[in-house]
Amino acid sequence: MTEKAKQAGGEISIRHAKKSFRIEGRTLEVLGDIDLTIEAGDIVSIIGASGCGKSTLLRLIAGLDFPDGGEVRIGGKKVEKPSVNVGVLFQESRLLPWDTTEKNIAFGLPEKFPRDQKKKLVAEYMHLVGLDGFEKALPSQLSGGMQKRVAIARTLINRPGVLLLDEPFGALDAFTRMNLQEEIIRIRKQERMTTVLVTHDIDEAIYMGNKVIIMSAKPGVISKVIRVELPEPRRRTSGDFALLRARVFREFYGEQELPEEYSI
Amino acid sequence: METKKNGGGTPGKRTGKGDVRYLWYALSWVLLAAFLAFWQLSATNRWVNPTIVSMPSKIWDRFVSMVSNGSLFNHIGSSLGRVLQGFLTGGITGLLLGLLMGLSPRFEAVSSLFVSLLRPILPIAWIPILILAMGIGEESKVAVISIGSFWPMLLDTINGVRSVDKQLLELGDVLEKDRKTKILRLVLPSAIPSIFTGARQAISRAWSCVVTAEMIAASSGVGFLIQYGRELSQPPLMFVGVTVIGLIGLAIDWLTSRLERRLLYRNR
Repeated sequence: MTEKAKQAGGEISIRHAKKSFRIEGRTLEVLGDIDLTIEAGDIVSIIGASGCGKSTLLRLIAGLDFPDGGEVRIGGKKVEKPSVNVGVLFQESRLLPWDTTEKNIAFGLPEKFPRDQKKKLVAEYMHLVGLDGFEKALPSQLSGGMQKRVAIARTLINRPGVLLLDEPFGALDAFTRMNLQEEIIRIRKQERMTTVLVTHDIDEAIYMGNKVIIMSAKPGVISKVIRVELPEPRRRTSGDFALLRARVFREFYGEQELPEEYSI
Repeated sequence: METKKNGGGTPGKRTGKGDVRYLWYALSWVLLAAFLAFWQLSATNRWVNPTIVSMPSKIWDRFVSMVSNGSLFNHIGSSLGRVLQGFLTGGITGLLLGLLMGLSPRFEAVSSLFVSLLRPILPIAWIPILILAMGIGEESKVAVISIGSFWPMLLDTINGVRSVDKQLLELGDVLEKDRKTKILRLVLPSAIPSIFTGARQAISRAWSCVVTAEMIAASSGVGFLIQYGRELSQPPLMFVGVTVIGLIGLAIDWLTSRLERRLLYRNR
Protein backbone atom coordinates (compact mmCIF):
# COMPACT_ATOMS: atom_id res chain seq x y z
CA MET A 1 0.00 0.00 0.00
CA THR A 2 2.64 2.50 1.04
CA GLU A 3 4.59 1.67 -2.10
CA LYS A 4 1.70 2.78 -4.23
CA ALA A 5 1.25 5.97 -2.21
CA LYS A 6 4.92 6.89 -2.38
CA GLN A 7 4.74 7.42 -6.14
CA ALA A 8 2.86 10.42 -4.79
CA GLY A 9 0.72 13.01 -6.36
CA GLY A 10 -0.52 12.02 -9.70
CA GLU A 11 -2.01 14.64 -11.93
CA ILE A 12 -5.77 14.99 -11.81
CA SER A 13 -7.24 15.63 -15.20
CA ILE A 14 -10.91 16.21 -15.83
CA ARG A 15 -12.05 16.24 -19.44
CA HIS A 16 -15.50 17.46 -20.44
CA ALA A 17 -17.07 16.01 -17.34
CA LYS A 18 -20.85 16.36 -17.21
CA LYS A 19 -23.24 15.19 -14.57
CA SER A 20 -27.01 15.32 -14.22
CA PHE A 21 -29.32 13.85 -11.64
CA ARG A 22 -32.92 12.82 -12.16
CA ILE A 23 -35.13 14.09 -9.39
CA GLU A 24 -38.84 13.27 -9.56
CA GLY A 25 -38.73 12.80 -13.30
CA ARG A 26 -36.94 16.07 -13.93
CA THR A 27 -33.34 16.19 -15.03
CA LEU A 28 -31.16 18.51 -13.04
CA GLU A 29 -27.90 19.41 -14.74
CA VAL A 30 -25.42 19.69 -11.89
CA LEU A 31 -22.18 19.92 -13.81
CA GLY A 32 -22.03 21.51 -17.24
CA ASP A 33 -18.79 20.88 -19.02
CA ILE A 34 -15.86 20.78 -16.63
CA ASP A 35 -12.35 20.85 -18.00
CA LEU A 36 -9.66 21.06 -15.38
CA THR A 37 -6.10 19.91 -14.84
CA ILE A 38 -4.49 19.85 -11.41
CA GLU A 39 -0.76 19.29 -11.54
CA ALA A 40 0.83 16.56 -9.47
CA GLY A 41 1.61 17.80 -5.97
CA ASP A 42 -0.32 21.05 -6.41
CA ILE A 43 -3.11 22.36 -4.19
CA VAL A 44 -6.15 24.12 -5.61
CA SER A 45 -9.27 25.49 -3.98
CA ILE A 46 -12.69 25.20 -5.54
CA ILE A 47 -15.15 27.78 -4.32
CA GLY A 48 -18.74 28.52 -5.18
CA ALA A 49 -22.18 29.04 -3.71
CA SER A 50 -24.20 26.08 -2.47
CA GLY A 51 -25.54 24.00 -5.32
CA CYS A 52 -22.85 24.95 -7.83
CA GLY A 53 -21.75 21.32 -8.06
CA LYS A 54 -18.39 21.68 -6.35
CA SER A 55 -19.00 18.74 -4.05
CA THR A 56 -20.26 16.67 -6.97
CA LEU A 57 -17.06 17.45 -8.82
CA LEU A 58 -15.07 16.24 -5.82
CA ARG A 59 -17.14 13.04 -5.70
CA LEU A 60 -16.28 12.40 -9.36
CA ILE A 61 -12.57 12.67 -8.53
CA ALA A 62 -13.07 10.39 -5.51
CA GLY A 63 -14.79 7.74 -7.62
CA LEU A 64 -17.96 7.98 -5.51
CA ASP A 65 -19.93 9.22 -8.53
CA PHE A 66 -19.28 8.97 -12.23
CA PRO A 67 -19.62 11.56 -15.00
CA ASP A 68 -22.37 11.09 -17.60
CA GLY A 69 -19.96 12.29 -20.24
CA GLY A 70 -16.24 12.92 -20.35
CA GLU A 71 -13.80 11.39 -17.92
CA VAL A 72 -11.70 11.85 -14.83
CA ARG A 73 -8.13 10.58 -14.70
CA ILE A 74 -5.68 10.44 -11.84
CA GLY A 75 -2.03 9.91 -12.80
CA GLY A 76 -3.24 8.97 -16.27
CA LYS A 77 -5.52 6.22 -14.99
CA LYS A 78 -9.26 6.54 -15.41
CA VAL A 79 -11.16 6.76 -12.12
CA GLU A 80 -13.56 3.82 -11.95
CA LYS A 81 -13.98 3.28 -8.22
CA PRO A 82 -12.82 4.75 -4.92
CA SER A 83 -9.21 4.02 -4.07
CA VAL A 84 -7.11 4.15 -0.91
CA ASN A 85 -4.66 6.21 -2.93
CA VAL A 86 -7.27 8.97 -3.03
CA GLY A 87 -7.94 10.16 0.52
CA VAL A 88 -11.19 11.99 1.22
CA LEU A 89 -11.82 14.24 4.19
CA PHE A 90 -15.55 14.87 4.44
CA GLN A 91 -17.30 17.78 6.04
CA GLU A 92 -18.56 15.49 8.79
CA SER A 93 -15.79 13.68 10.62
CA ARG A 94 -17.56 10.35 10.05
CA LEU A 95 -15.90 8.59 12.97
CA LEU A 96 -17.10 5.21 14.18
CA PRO A 97 -18.86 6.25 17.41
CA TRP A 98 -18.28 2.86 19.06
CA ASP A 99 -14.52 2.78 18.45
CA THR A 100 -11.68 4.53 20.25
CA THR A 101 -9.42 7.11 18.62
CA GLU A 102 -6.79 4.44 17.93
CA LYS A 103 -9.23 2.08 16.32
CA ASN A 104 -10.76 4.86 14.26
CA ILE A 105 -7.38 5.85 12.89
CA ALA A 106 -6.40 2.23 12.25
CA PHE A 107 -9.62 1.84 10.26
CA GLY A 108 -7.90 3.91 7.57
CA LEU A 109 -5.47 1.05 6.96
CA PRO A 110 -6.27 -2.12 5.01
CA GLU A 111 -7.52 -4.99 7.19
CA LYS A 112 -4.62 -7.25 6.31
CA PHE A 113 -1.98 -4.70 7.29
CA PRO A 114 0.51 -6.37 9.71
CA ARG A 115 -0.52 -5.84 13.32
CA ASP A 116 2.70 -4.53 14.84
CA GLN A 117 3.27 -2.10 11.97
CA LYS A 118 -0.32 -0.95 12.27
CA LYS A 119 0.24 -0.11 15.91
CA LYS A 120 3.41 1.82 15.20
CA LEU A 121 1.86 3.72 12.35
CA VAL A 122 -1.22 4.65 14.36
CA ALA A 123 0.98 6.03 17.16
CA GLU A 124 2.96 7.99 14.60
CA TYR A 125 -0.15 9.57 13.08
CA MET A 126 -1.71 10.24 16.48
CA HIS A 127 1.41 12.26 17.18
CA LEU A 128 1.36 13.95 13.78
CA VAL A 129 -2.09 15.41 14.37
CA GLY A 130 -1.42 16.18 18.04
CA LEU A 131 -3.66 13.58 19.67
CA ASP A 132 -1.10 11.94 21.99
CA GLY A 133 -2.79 10.68 25.14
CA PHE A 134 -6.24 10.32 23.56
CA GLU A 135 -5.69 6.77 22.27
CA LYS A 136 -8.58 5.30 24.26
CA ALA A 137 -10.99 8.21 23.98
CA LEU A 138 -14.32 7.69 22.22
CA PRO A 139 -15.41 10.23 19.61
CA SER A 140 -18.18 11.47 21.92
CA GLN A 141 -15.50 12.46 24.43
CA LEU A 142 -13.62 14.62 21.92
CA SER A 143 -14.31 18.18 20.79
CA GLY A 144 -15.30 18.84 17.18
CA GLY A 145 -11.76 19.97 16.35
CA MET A 146 -10.23 16.84 17.85
CA GLN A 147 -12.71 14.62 16.04
CA LYS A 148 -11.58 16.30 12.86
CA ARG A 149 -7.96 15.54 13.77
CA VAL A 150 -8.85 11.87 14.12
CA ALA A 151 -10.46 11.97 10.69
CA ILE A 152 -7.37 13.66 9.23
CA ALA A 153 -5.08 11.00 10.70
CA ARG A 154 -7.35 8.24 9.40
CA THR A 155 -7.26 9.77 5.90
CA LEU A 156 -3.50 10.35 5.87
CA ILE A 157 -2.35 7.07 7.43
CA ASN A 158 -2.57 5.39 4.01
CA ARG A 159 -0.29 8.09 2.61
CA PRO A 160 -2.65 8.83 -0.28
CA GLY A 161 -1.17 10.49 -3.36
CA VAL A 162 -4.30 12.58 -3.74
CA LEU A 163 -6.14 14.36 -0.94
CA LEU A 164 -9.68 15.60 -1.44
CA LEU A 165 -11.11 17.97 1.16
CA ASP A 166 -14.86 18.54 1.02
CA GLU A 167 -15.59 21.64 3.11
CA PRO A 168 -13.63 19.89 5.84
CA PHE A 169 -13.59 22.66 8.43
CA GLY A 170 -16.97 24.23 7.67
CA ALA A 171 -18.57 23.14 10.92
CA LEU A 172 -15.73 24.30 13.17
CA ASP A 173 -15.16 27.60 14.95
CA ALA A 174 -12.80 30.14 13.34
CA PHE A 175 -9.78 29.44 15.56
CA THR A 176 -9.97 25.66 15.29
CA ARG A 177 -10.39 26.06 11.57
CA MET A 178 -7.23 28.15 11.25
CA ASN A 179 -5.26 25.67 13.36
CA LEU A 180 -6.33 22.77 11.19
CA GLN A 181 -5.56 24.69 8.00
CA GLU A 182 -2.00 25.08 9.31
CA GLU A 183 -1.85 21.36 10.06
CA ILE A 184 -2.85 20.43 6.53
CA ILE A 185 -0.32 22.88 5.06
CA ARG A 186 2.40 21.47 7.33
CA ILE A 187 1.62 17.84 6.48
CA ARG A 188 1.41 18.66 2.78
CA LYS A 189 4.97 20.01 2.91
CA GLN A 190 6.14 16.51 3.85
CA GLU A 191 3.83 14.42 1.74
CA ARG A 192 3.23 16.59 -1.33
CA MET A 193 -0.02 14.97 -2.24
CA THR A 194 -2.10 16.52 -5.00
CA THR A 195 -4.80 18.33 -3.07
CA VAL A 196 -8.24 19.66 -3.95
CA LEU A 197 -10.04 21.77 -1.36
CA VAL A 198 -13.74 22.44 -1.82
CA THR A 199 -14.88 25.30 0.36
CA HIS A 200 -17.28 28.22 0.64
CA ASP A 201 -14.85 30.20 2.75
CA ILE A 202 -13.04 32.75 0.54
CA ASP A 203 -10.18 33.30 3.00
CA GLU A 204 -9.62 29.57 3.31
CA ALA A 205 -9.57 29.20 -0.47
CA ILE A 206 -6.89 31.88 -0.90
CA TYR A 207 -4.90 30.88 2.16
CA MET A 208 -4.57 27.25 1.15
CA GLY A 209 -4.77 27.12 -2.62
CA ASN A 210 -2.24 27.93 -5.30
CA LYS A 211 -5.22 28.51 -7.54
CA VAL A 212 -8.75 29.49 -6.64
CA ILE A 213 -11.26 27.96 -9.02
CA ILE A 214 -14.56 29.78 -8.93
CA MET A 215 -17.67 27.88 -9.96
CA SER A 216 -21.09 29.19 -10.83
CA ALA A 217 -24.32 27.24 -10.66
CA LYS A 218 -27.04 25.92 -12.99
CA PRO A 219 -25.27 24.18 -14.53
CA GLY A 220 -22.08 24.08 -12.50
CA VAL A 221 -19.23 25.40 -14.60
CA ILE A 222 -15.86 26.95 -13.89
CA SER A 223 -16.35 30.69 -14.25
CA LYS A 224 -12.92 31.93 -13.31
CA VAL A 225 -9.50 30.72 -12.18
CA ILE A 226 -7.50 33.07 -9.99
CA ARG A 227 -3.81 32.33 -9.40
CA VAL A 228 -2.58 32.88 -5.88
CA GLU A 229 1.04 33.89 -6.26
CA LEU A 230 1.67 34.75 -2.65
CA PRO A 231 4.84 33.55 -0.93
CA GLU A 232 4.48 31.10 1.93
CA PRO A 233 3.76 31.40 4.76
CA ARG A 234 0.84 33.47 3.61
CA ARG A 235 -0.49 36.28 5.76
CA ARG A 236 -4.21 36.82 5.89
CA THR A 237 -3.66 40.44 6.91
CA SER A 238 -1.38 41.41 4.03
CA GLY A 239 -2.44 43.90 1.39
CA ASP A 240 -1.89 41.35 -1.36
CA PHE A 241 -4.20 38.95 0.41
CA ALA A 242 -6.85 41.66 0.66
CA LEU A 243 -6.52 42.34 -3.04
CA LEU A 244 -7.02 38.70 -3.92
CA ARG A 245 -9.95 38.51 -1.54
CA ALA A 246 -11.50 41.52 -3.26
CA ARG A 247 -11.01 39.90 -6.67
CA VAL A 248 -12.80 36.76 -5.57
CA PHE A 249 -15.57 38.86 -4.03
CA ARG A 250 -15.99 40.70 -7.30
CA GLU A 251 -16.61 37.39 -9.07
CA PHE A 252 -19.55 36.78 -6.80
CA TYR A 253 -20.96 40.23 -6.17
CA GLY A 254 -19.92 42.38 -9.13
CA GLU A 255 -18.05 45.67 -9.01
CA GLN A 256 -19.20 47.25 -5.78
CA GLU A 257 -16.24 45.93 -3.80
CA LEU A 258 -13.40 48.42 -3.58
CA PRO A 259 -10.01 46.81 -4.02
CA GLU A 260 -6.98 49.01 -3.38
CA GLU A 261 -8.61 51.99 -1.76
CA TYR A 262 -9.25 52.62 1.87
CA SER A 263 -11.93 54.77 3.41
CA ILE A 264 -11.06 54.52 7.08
CA MET B 1 -28.02 8.82 18.15
CA GLU B 2 -27.42 11.13 21.04
CA THR B 3 -24.00 12.51 21.86
CA LYS B 4 -22.73 13.31 25.29
CA LYS B 5 -20.26 16.13 25.02
CA ASN B 6 -18.87 15.87 28.53
CA GLY B 7 -18.18 12.15 28.32
CA GLY B 8 -18.72 11.39 32.00
CA GLY B 9 -21.97 10.18 33.50
CA THR B 10 -24.87 12.58 33.55
CA PRO B 11 -25.02 14.20 36.96
CA GLY B 12 -28.10 13.30 38.97
CA LYS B 13 -30.89 15.81 38.69
CA ARG B 14 -30.95 17.50 42.05
CA THR B 15 -33.23 20.30 41.08
CA GLY B 16 -36.39 21.24 42.92
CA LYS B 17 -38.42 19.76 40.08
CA GLY B 18 -36.70 16.39 40.50
CA ASP B 19 -37.62 16.25 44.17
CA VAL B 20 -41.25 16.95 43.36
CA ARG B 21 -41.21 14.06 40.90
CA TYR B 22 -40.29 11.64 43.66
CA LEU B 23 -43.45 12.74 45.46
CA TRP B 24 -45.48 11.63 42.47
CA TYR B 25 -43.74 8.26 42.51
CA ALA B 26 -44.57 8.01 46.22
CA LEU B 27 -48.17 8.79 45.38
CA SER B 28 -48.37 5.71 43.16
CA TRP B 29 -47.49 3.53 46.14
CA VAL B 30 -50.07 5.31 48.29
CA LEU B 31 -52.68 4.67 45.61
CA LEU B 32 -51.75 0.98 45.49
CA ALA B 33 -52.03 0.70 49.28
CA ALA B 34 -55.37 2.51 49.23
CA PHE B 35 -56.68 0.15 46.58
CA LEU B 36 -55.65 -2.92 48.59
CA ALA B 37 -57.19 -1.47 51.76
CA PHE B 38 -60.42 -0.71 49.95
CA TRP B 39 -60.49 -4.23 48.49
CA GLN B 40 -59.95 -5.75 51.94
CA LEU B 41 -62.63 -3.56 53.44
CA SER B 42 -65.23 -4.28 50.74
CA ALA B 43 -64.67 -8.03 51.00
CA THR B 44 -64.83 -8.21 54.81
CA ASN B 45 -67.99 -6.07 54.82
CA ARG B 46 -69.39 -8.20 52.00
CA TRP B 47 -69.96 -5.24 49.67
CA VAL B 48 -68.56 -7.63 47.11
CA ASN B 49 -68.67 -11.42 47.11
CA PRO B 50 -65.42 -12.60 48.79
CA THR B 51 -65.75 -16.10 47.36
CA ILE B 52 -65.22 -14.60 43.91
CA VAL B 53 -62.89 -11.64 44.37
CA SER B 54 -61.23 -12.97 47.54
CA MET B 55 -59.35 -10.42 49.65
CA PRO B 56 -55.74 -9.25 50.01
CA SER B 57 -55.22 -10.86 53.44
CA LYS B 58 -56.25 -14.31 52.17
CA ILE B 59 -54.18 -13.93 49.03
CA TRP B 60 -51.20 -12.94 51.17
CA ASP B 61 -51.69 -15.99 53.45
CA ARG B 62 -51.80 -18.24 50.42
CA PHE B 63 -48.75 -16.55 48.98
CA VAL B 64 -46.79 -17.04 52.24
CA SER B 65 -47.73 -20.71 52.51
CA MET B 66 -46.76 -21.33 48.87
CA VAL B 67 -43.46 -19.60 49.46
CA SER B 68 -42.73 -21.54 52.63
CA ASN B 69 -43.52 -24.94 51.12
CA GLY B 70 -41.59 -23.97 48.00
CA SER B 71 -44.35 -24.84 45.52
CA LEU B 72 -44.54 -21.28 44.22
CA PHE B 73 -40.87 -21.37 43.27
CA ASN B 74 -41.36 -24.64 41.43
CA HIS B 75 -44.09 -23.09 39.35
CA ILE B 76 -42.13 -19.90 38.71
CA GLY B 77 -39.09 -22.01 37.89
CA SER B 78 -40.84 -24.12 35.30
CA SER B 79 -42.38 -21.02 33.70
CA LEU B 80 -39.04 -19.24 33.57
CA GLY B 81 -37.38 -22.34 32.15
CA ARG B 82 -39.85 -22.37 29.27
CA VAL B 83 -39.44 -18.62 28.78
CA LEU B 84 -35.70 -19.01 28.55
CA GLN B 85 -35.88 -21.85 26.02
CA GLY B 86 -38.51 -20.10 23.92
CA PHE B 87 -36.76 -16.76 24.09
CA LEU B 88 -33.47 -18.30 23.00
CA THR B 89 -34.96 -20.29 20.10
CA GLY B 90 -37.26 -17.54 18.88
CA GLY B 91 -34.83 -14.72 19.61
CA ILE B 92 -31.86 -16.30 17.89
CA THR B 93 -33.96 -17.27 14.87
CA GLY B 94 -35.34 -13.73 14.70
CA LEU B 95 -31.88 -12.25 15.03
CA LEU B 96 -30.40 -14.39 12.26
CA LEU B 97 -33.30 -13.94 9.85
CA GLY B 98 -33.38 -10.23 10.68
CA LEU B 99 -29.71 -9.88 9.83
CA LEU B 100 -30.24 -11.74 6.56
CA MET B 101 -33.26 -9.64 5.63
CA GLY B 102 -31.56 -6.41 6.62
CA LEU B 103 -28.38 -7.18 4.71
CA SER B 104 -29.74 -8.84 1.60
CA PRO B 105 -32.36 -6.97 -0.40
CA ARG B 106 -33.02 -10.17 -2.39
CA PHE B 107 -33.76 -12.23 0.70
CA GLU B 108 -35.90 -9.39 2.00
CA ALA B 109 -37.87 -9.25 -1.26
CA VAL B 110 -38.56 -12.98 -1.12
CA SER B 111 -39.54 -13.04 2.54
CA SER B 112 -41.52 -9.83 2.91
CA LEU B 113 -44.76 -11.49 1.75
CA PHE B 114 -44.45 -14.14 4.45
CA VAL B 115 -43.66 -11.56 7.08
CA SER B 116 -46.74 -9.47 6.28
CA LEU B 117 -48.86 -12.61 6.13
CA LEU B 118 -47.70 -14.24 9.38
CA ARG B 119 -47.00 -11.26 11.58
CA PRO B 120 -50.62 -10.35 12.34
CA ILE B 121 -51.28 -13.85 13.71
CA LEU B 122 -51.16 -13.79 17.50
CA PRO B 123 -48.98 -16.52 19.01
CA ILE B 124 -52.02 -17.81 20.91
CA ALA B 125 -53.71 -18.66 17.61
CA TRP B 126 -51.01 -21.21 16.92
CA ILE B 127 -51.57 -23.12 20.18
CA PRO B 128 -54.18 -25.62 18.92
CA ILE B 129 -52.14 -26.32 15.81
CA LEU B 130 -48.96 -26.74 17.82
CA ILE B 131 -50.62 -29.06 20.31
CA LEU B 132 -51.91 -31.16 17.43
CA ALA B 133 -48.49 -31.25 15.83
CA MET B 134 -46.25 -31.58 18.87
CA GLY B 135 -48.45 -32.93 21.57
CA ILE B 136 -49.26 -31.45 24.92
CA GLY B 137 -45.72 -31.61 26.32
CA GLU B 138 -43.04 -28.98 26.68
CA GLU B 139 -42.35 -28.62 22.94
CA SER B 140 -45.63 -26.99 22.05
CA LYS B 141 -45.34 -24.48 24.88
CA VAL B 142 -41.77 -23.58 24.02
CA ALA B 143 -42.85 -23.22 20.39
CA VAL B 144 -45.56 -20.69 21.28
CA ILE B 145 -43.07 -18.66 23.28
CA SER B 146 -40.58 -18.84 20.41
CA ILE B 147 -43.15 -17.40 18.04
CA GLY B 148 -43.85 -14.60 20.49
CA SER B 149 -40.16 -13.77 20.87
CA PHE B 150 -39.40 -14.13 17.20
CA TRP B 151 -41.33 -11.13 15.86
CA PRO B 152 -39.97 -8.26 17.95
CA MET B 153 -36.47 -9.62 17.51
CA LEU B 154 -36.86 -9.96 13.74
CA LEU B 155 -38.34 -6.51 13.17
CA ASP B 156 -35.96 -4.61 15.44
CA THR B 157 -32.94 -6.38 13.97
CA ILE B 158 -34.03 -5.41 10.44
CA ASN B 159 -34.54 -1.82 11.60
CA GLY B 160 -31.17 -1.80 13.31
CA VAL B 161 -29.32 -3.06 10.26
CA ARG B 162 -31.07 -0.52 8.05
CA SER B 163 -30.38 2.34 10.42
CA VAL B 164 -26.67 2.27 9.61
CA ASP B 165 -25.40 5.72 8.71
CA LYS B 166 -25.08 5.94 4.91
CA GLN B 167 -22.16 8.31 5.36
CA LEU B 168 -20.26 5.63 7.25
CA LEU B 169 -20.90 3.14 4.45
CA GLU B 170 -19.56 5.69 2.00
CA LEU B 171 -16.48 6.05 4.20
CA GLY B 172 -16.11 2.27 3.89
CA ASP B 173 -16.20 2.64 0.10
CA VAL B 174 -13.57 5.38 0.16
CA LEU B 175 -11.29 3.19 2.29
CA GLU B 176 -11.90 0.22 -0.06
CA LYS B 177 -13.31 -1.97 2.70
CA ASP B 178 -14.78 -5.30 1.64
CA ARG B 179 -18.35 -6.32 2.45
CA LYS B 180 -17.36 -8.42 5.44
CA THR B 181 -15.47 -5.56 7.05
CA LYS B 182 -18.31 -3.15 6.41
CA ILE B 183 -20.77 -5.51 8.07
CA LEU B 184 -18.57 -6.23 11.09
CA ARG B 185 -17.22 -2.76 11.71
CA LEU B 186 -20.05 -0.51 10.52
CA VAL B 187 -23.40 -2.26 10.21
CA LEU B 188 -23.49 -4.54 13.25
CA PRO B 189 -22.24 -2.00 15.80
CA SER B 190 -24.87 0.50 14.70
CA ALA B 191 -27.57 -2.19 14.84
CA ILE B 192 -26.77 -3.20 18.42
CA PRO B 193 -28.99 -0.69 20.27
CA SER B 194 -31.96 -1.68 18.14
CA ILE B 195 -31.21 -5.40 18.52
CA PHE B 196 -31.15 -4.88 22.26
CA THR B 197 -34.54 -3.18 22.19
CA GLY B 198 -35.79 -6.17 20.21
CA ALA B 199 -34.40 -8.59 22.79
CA ARG B 200 -36.07 -6.67 25.61
CA GLN B 201 -39.41 -6.79 23.88
CA ALA B 202 -38.89 -10.43 22.96
CA ILE B 203 -38.35 -11.50 26.55
CA SER B 204 -41.36 -9.63 27.89
CA ARG B 205 -43.42 -11.06 25.04
CA ALA B 206 -42.09 -14.50 25.96
CA TRP B 207 -43.29 -13.99 29.50
CA SER B 208 -46.85 -13.14 28.41
CA CYS B 209 -46.84 -16.10 26.02
CA VAL B 210 -45.78 -18.63 28.65
CA VAL B 211 -48.75 -17.74 30.82
CA THR B 212 -51.12 -18.13 27.88
CA ALA B 213 -49.64 -21.47 26.89
CA GLU B 214 -49.76 -22.79 30.44
CA MET B 215 -53.37 -21.80 30.89
CA ILE B 216 -54.33 -23.95 27.94
CA ALA B 217 -52.28 -27.04 28.59
CA ALA B 218 -49.84 -27.57 31.43
CA SER B 219 -49.42 -29.25 34.81
CA SER B 220 -47.01 -26.69 36.22
CA GLY B 221 -46.19 -23.03 35.85
CA VAL B 222 -47.72 -19.73 36.82
CA GLY B 223 -50.38 -19.87 34.11
CA PHE B 224 -51.33 -23.33 35.30
CA LEU B 225 -51.77 -21.95 38.85
CA ILE B 226 -54.45 -19.55 37.69
CA GLN B 227 -56.28 -22.19 35.71
CA TYR B 228 -55.96 -24.69 38.57
CA GLY B 229 -57.26 -22.06 41.03
CA ARG B 230 -60.34 -21.67 38.88
CA GLU B 231 -60.93 -25.43 38.66
CA LEU B 232 -60.67 -25.76 42.47
CA SER B 233 -62.69 -22.57 43.00
CA GLN B 234 -59.86 -21.08 45.01
CA PRO B 235 -59.72 -17.38 44.14
CA PRO B 236 -56.69 -16.70 46.40
CA LEU B 237 -54.66 -19.13 44.30
CA MET B 238 -55.76 -17.40 41.09
CA PHE B 239 -54.78 -14.01 42.49
CA VAL B 240 -51.41 -15.30 43.65
CA GLY B 241 -50.80 -16.39 40.04
CA VAL B 242 -51.96 -13.08 38.58
CA THR B 243 -49.84 -11.08 41.02
CA VAL B 244 -46.75 -13.17 40.36
CA ILE B 245 -47.17 -12.61 36.59
CA GLY B 246 -47.20 -8.88 37.16
CA LEU B 247 -44.27 -8.92 39.56
CA ILE B 248 -42.06 -11.05 37.35
CA GLY B 249 -42.96 -9.00 34.29
CA LEU B 250 -41.93 -5.93 36.24
CA ALA B 251 -38.69 -7.55 37.34
CA ILE B 252 -37.83 -8.58 33.76
CA ASP B 253 -38.47 -5.08 32.52
CA TRP B 254 -36.40 -3.50 35.26
CA LEU B 255 -33.48 -5.90 34.86
CA THR B 256 -33.31 -5.66 31.08
CA SER B 257 -33.57 -1.88 31.05
CA ARG B 258 -30.71 -1.63 33.52
CA LEU B 259 -28.66 -4.09 31.52
CA GLU B 260 -29.43 -2.17 28.33
CA ARG B 261 -28.37 1.14 29.83
CA ARG B 262 -25.15 -0.31 31.14
CA LEU B 263 -24.17 -2.08 27.91
CA LEU B 264 -25.14 0.75 25.61
CA TYR B 265 -23.42 3.34 27.73
CA ARG B 266 -20.19 1.42 27.31
CA ASN B 267 -20.73 1.39 23.58
CA ARG B 268 -21.39 5.05 23.02
